[in-house]
Amino acid sequence: MLRFIIRRILGFIPVLLGVVIFTFFMARAIPGGPFDFVGDRSLPPSVVKNLEAKYHLDWSQGKQFVSYMIGDEMKIGSFTIYDLDPSAPAYSYGVLRGDLGPSFRYRGQTVNDIISQTFPLSAQLGIMAIILGLIIGIPAGIISALKQNTWLDYSATFVAVLGVSIPSLVMAPLLIWIFSVKLGWFPAATWGAKPPYFQNMFLTPGFDWGNYFMHAVMPVFALGTGLSASFARLMRASLLQVIREDYIRTARAKGLHERAVIYSHALKNSLIPVVTIIGPMFAGLITGTLVIEQIFGLNGMGKHFVQSITNRDYAVVLGTILIYTILLVFSNLLVDLMYGWLDPRIRFD
Amino acid sequence: MAVAELPAAGQLARKPRSLMSDSINRLKKNKLAIISIVFLVVVVFSAFVLAPYITTGDFADQDLMQNNAVPAWMVPLMPEGAENYARISTDFILGADDLGRDLWTRTVYGARISLLVAIVASTVSLLIGTVYGLVSGYVGGMVDTVMMRIVDFLYGFPFLIVVILLQTYFKAVARRGVGSGFGQSLVALNASMGGMLFLFIAIGMVNWIGMARIARGQVLSVRRKEYVEAAKAVGAPDTRIIFRHILPNIVGPLIVVETLAIPGYIFLEAFLSFIGLGVDAPTPSWGIMISEAAPGIRTYPNQLLPPAIALTLTTLAFNFMGDGLRDAFDPRLKE
Repeated sequence: MLRFIIRRILGFIPVLLGVVIFTFFMARAIPGGPFDFVGDRSLPPSVVKNLEAKYHLDWSQGKQFVSYMIGDEMKIGSFTIYDLDPSAPAYSYGVLRGDLGPSFRYRGQTVNDIISQTFPLSAQLGIMAIILGLIIGIPAGIISALKQNTWLDYSATFVAVLGVSIPSLVMAPLLIWIFSVKLGWFPAATWGAKPPYFQNMFLTPGFDWGNYFMHAVMPVFALGTGLSASFARLMRASLLQVIREDYIRTARAKGLHERAVIYSHALKNSLIPVVTIIGPMFAGLITGTLVIEQIFGLNGMGKHFVQSITNRDYAVVLGTILIYTILLVFSNLLVDLMYGWLDPRIRFD
Repeated sequence: MAVAELPAAGQLARKPRSLMSDSINRLKKNKLAIISIVFLVVVVFSAFVLAPYITTGDFADQDLMQNNAVPAWMVPLMPEGAENYARISTDFILGADDLGRDLWTRTVYGARISLLVAIVASTVSLLIGTVYGLVSGYVGGMVDTVMMRIVDFLYGFPFLIVVILLQTYFKAVARRGVGSGFGQSLVALNASMGGMLFLFIAIGMVNWIGMARIARGQVLSVRRKEYVEAAKAVGAPDTRIIFRHILPNIVGPLIVVETLAIPGYIFLEAFLSFIGLGVDAPTPSWGIMISEAAPGIRTYPNQLLPPAIALTLTTLAFNFMGDGLRDAFDPRLKE
């Protein structure tokens, strides 16, 4: 088990390296640079030149890449191991040492700053949406399967198909229109706009739960309804398949209570396909947070990711993509581990 | 010859029922799927054939005197006090956007993008994925290992991000222009398609990976069947085995899986358009229309409805059609 995890984590290295290499050179290959425009005006060439020199954009791309990965200098005390730019103090310590570099567009902010300020909101949005999806989707799927071919099943199935057909792109503005403009129940934006809502992932003193959830309700629903619909569809399908298996008949034949048959025999096995889609769903969740953050005006990581590509803010592009990739590969690992728990026949070797 | 007389031919015979006709009969019984298919046919027909006749003028026509026009019948949908700021007009069926462009016309023409993405992206991904999976699964051995390693590696990539980067690259290159050669003609073709070509390439380039895995799995299971062995035994060449025996038996499930993926492609296009990486203005797309209408939701919610409803109904129809096809053509896949 431990060996399996270690081997999988080692397997992430080529993927992460591949993503970094691809993104690094792809982002720089896109015509245009980070200093093309400031606002609506373009900068004078001499200023651009100085800025590019400051951020080492005048170096060869290979050298830039080395500097991005391991930093432009390494010193232990006064002993210099290497120094790519002896004329200036260190500008970045490299990804391998946990430094994602400075942002080219937000002066004085590093990518680490931007991510630590914006990632928590995106993470909270994503986690709450998944939880919402599970607590609506799984029970709906179970009820639908147990009452197969009744009006309850038909209506649940229909609602579920409707749910997967409405993109969050449509869901979010519709929710704003109905619950914020027409009914005035929830605020339409500004979740996490003020620090008291949260500081990183930790609660600050005097945390206002009511206010927090009032702001969170609509973004989370806009993202979570689609998830709950796909969970419900999968859960129904897989439970229907499992309750036709022989071992369920055996359990019934030996006189087990129907509830015991379903909850302790059928349910666990029927969760396997549901777990399978959590991996791809994570990718979908990232898309979802990008949209939701734009529409609800949230200061999340997705917004910065999209902006940084338009701004050619290379370090921010790379940093956010790296975080997304890490999330993705670890969610795949989590899925594999959950398989093992749900299906003891699976051996990790 | 005292063998019992066989009944004359024709006495026992009945109309033969092929696997195909069984499937079609199953499909015909699924009302939702049939309604969806009819709906999609109507949408395709009106978007590509009828569009010039059922709309007035071009999707890029502007009438700035009529910007944000609201048709009288939509007034009840508006926020309170809308009559004080909104321009109530009878010139448009669904109103006009903030540049004074007819929303009905734009919605009808916007269908082209979503439908083309659905068709082109799924075809490209089906073609590349099937060929890749066929080669990998049929040749086997070292080739299979290497090819699947590549797929596994790519599978770990966050593909959405790759699409976004590719599309940013394509759009920037198209804006700057390419001097000569193949690139230039591609850019010119893309411009004449309103920026659609590069969108298709970006989406198609990454979506074959899942398909390749499924295709390989199907090939592996079919390859061990007796009829393939029999074909090999009588000395059929590999190409014949692949095209006559394996491909026909795996293509059904693959098409079904691909159909189920179509709503995803439509969402992806809408999403890319939403963040400004879709087709070029003024070509309409439902995603672009939604992104234009979303900021004004408080004052002009009516502008959101046409693209939102069109997008939802179309994906709904593709979902019902996909489910119906799966149940009809591949009952084993019926989850």
